[in-house]
Amino acid sequence: MIDHANTMMSLTTQVLWATGLDVLPIVAIMFGFQFLVIRKKPPQLGKIIWGFVYVLLGLTLFLVGLEEALFPLGQTMAKQLTDPAFLGGGLNGAGLVWSDYAWVYVFAAAIGFATTIAEPSLIAVAIKAQDISGGAVGAWGLRIAVAIGVAVGVSLGAFRIVTGTPLPYYIMAGYLVVIIQTLYSTKWIIPLAYDSGGVTTSTVTVPVVAALGLGLASTIEGRSPLIDGFGLIAFASLFPMMSVMGYAMLTSWLKSRHDTNQQETEK
Amino acid sequence: MEGAKTFAKLLVGALRDLAPIVLVIVFFQAIILQQPFPNLAETIVGLMFVVVGLALFVQGLEMGLFPIGETLAQAFARKGSLTALLAFAFCLGFGTTVAEPALIAVTAEAAEVAAQGGAIENLDMVKAGYADGLRYTVALSVGMALVLGVFRILKGWPIQYLIIGGYVVVVALTFFAPKEIVGIAYDSGGVTTSTITVPLVTALGVGLASSIKGRNPMIDGFGLIAFASLTPMIFVLIYGMVTG
Repeated sequence: MIDHANTMMSLTTQVLWATGLDVLPIVAIMFGFQFLVIRKKPPQLGKIIWGFVYVLLGLTLFLVGLEEALFPLGQTMAKQLTDPAFLGGGLNGAGLVWSDYAWVYVFAAAIGFATTIAEPSLIAVAIKAQDISGGAVGAWGLRIAVAIGVAVGVSLGAFRIVTGTPLPYYIMAGYLVVIIQTLYSTKWIIPLAYDSGGVTTSTVTVPVVAALGLGLASTIEGRSPLIDGFGLIAFASLFPMMSVMGYAMLTSWLKSRHDTNQQETEK
Repeated sequence: MEGAKTFAKLLVGALRDLAPIVLVIVFFQAIILQQPFPNLAETIVGLMFVVVGLALFVQGLEMGLFPIGETLAQAFARKGSLTALLAFAFCLGFGTTVAEPALIAVTAEAAEVAAQGGAIENLDMVKAGYADGLRYTVALSVGMALVLGVFRILKGWPIQYLIIGGYVVVVALTFFAPKEIVGIAYDSGGVTTSTITVPLVTALGVGLASSIKGRNPMIDGFGLIAFASLTPMIFVLIYGMVTG
């Protein structure tokens, strides 16, 4: 127990240092421009500095906790689920077909959804979107829409690795869907939908999803982890764009139906 | 007292955010894989760290990252110097990306792929050089993405033409780029935007759009992240073609 407390302490110092190095260039640029170009003290500077301290500490605790509690378990699970022995294909996985990997797809979807809900940068964007839209875009609605997108994306990405079909075809088809949806979407959701592709994959999602991709690519015969292990992140960034635009279409459709119903009852 | 209440609320929020992960892991571990839970005590301590950390992060977001991003955007809008604003956008994009740990990891793997594919020599020094070149390429692309994105906000251009145009470029380059680089290029769009950069950049865009007359923060303010996820794909594909 004491040993463990010690390793956790040293891990915390390490992560604090790494996060600090991550924050440092940002702080330097922000304050550099603030004092050299703007030449004015921002209002409530003390509060802002405390805010940065909170962000630094918060992110450190968050990462240490993930490292302690979730990542090892998630990564072991990804390995066990992709193990041919678990899938019932004997040692080398010969004779397994894509449908034998059903639990892998379910796990990919579930873990993609769950890690996205906990993703701090998505929380930030969702808070902003709710503020700016005056509540028209709900923070929770947006986060769930994005999480569904990631779930579908990671699951399909796992299917692609299992079947070994070429990545560009999927991505191109995805782009096509995004373009068609863009044509039919309301103007105000488009930038947010495009943004949500980039924010979904950071601190929590990438390590677990990458482990899944690597696990799959290294156990399936004929796949190289270096080449086929990539691509899951791309899927996880593509599908939220579709699901967010879909979410906006759905809410506006529900609203218009609700409005017509009300008009009818008023008559 | 007020502060303690707000923080308690944030803790509850963080618990709720984390619940799905715990559920998924417990379900698969206990029911599908039928494995015991190793180091249960450590896991619970770790989860407590995650919850407190997430609550602190959200608190710091509202106190520090959002306000500084917005005040800077307003100050730039009032000052009216396009050069200063674009220089800031570039520095922010380049500076936050070049040291990003996720990017360092991806570029190292990319160098490994290139070496195995025979595109570069399989020597540590060559691979390190390749990885560094790739890293600077991506950082440059993110810097330019923010310059372009900020310029779009100022002009009020609709985002879809630029992004869809970018997709067309990505698809076209895919046909010419070496096959090994394609997966990495597609992934590189997702890994560049870190947890601290995203809130800052979002606040910057929204702040700019709300302080410029005739711009709508919802339509014009969002979209910077989208550019920052698109340009790395293009630049990495080109990098693969040039070095391959």
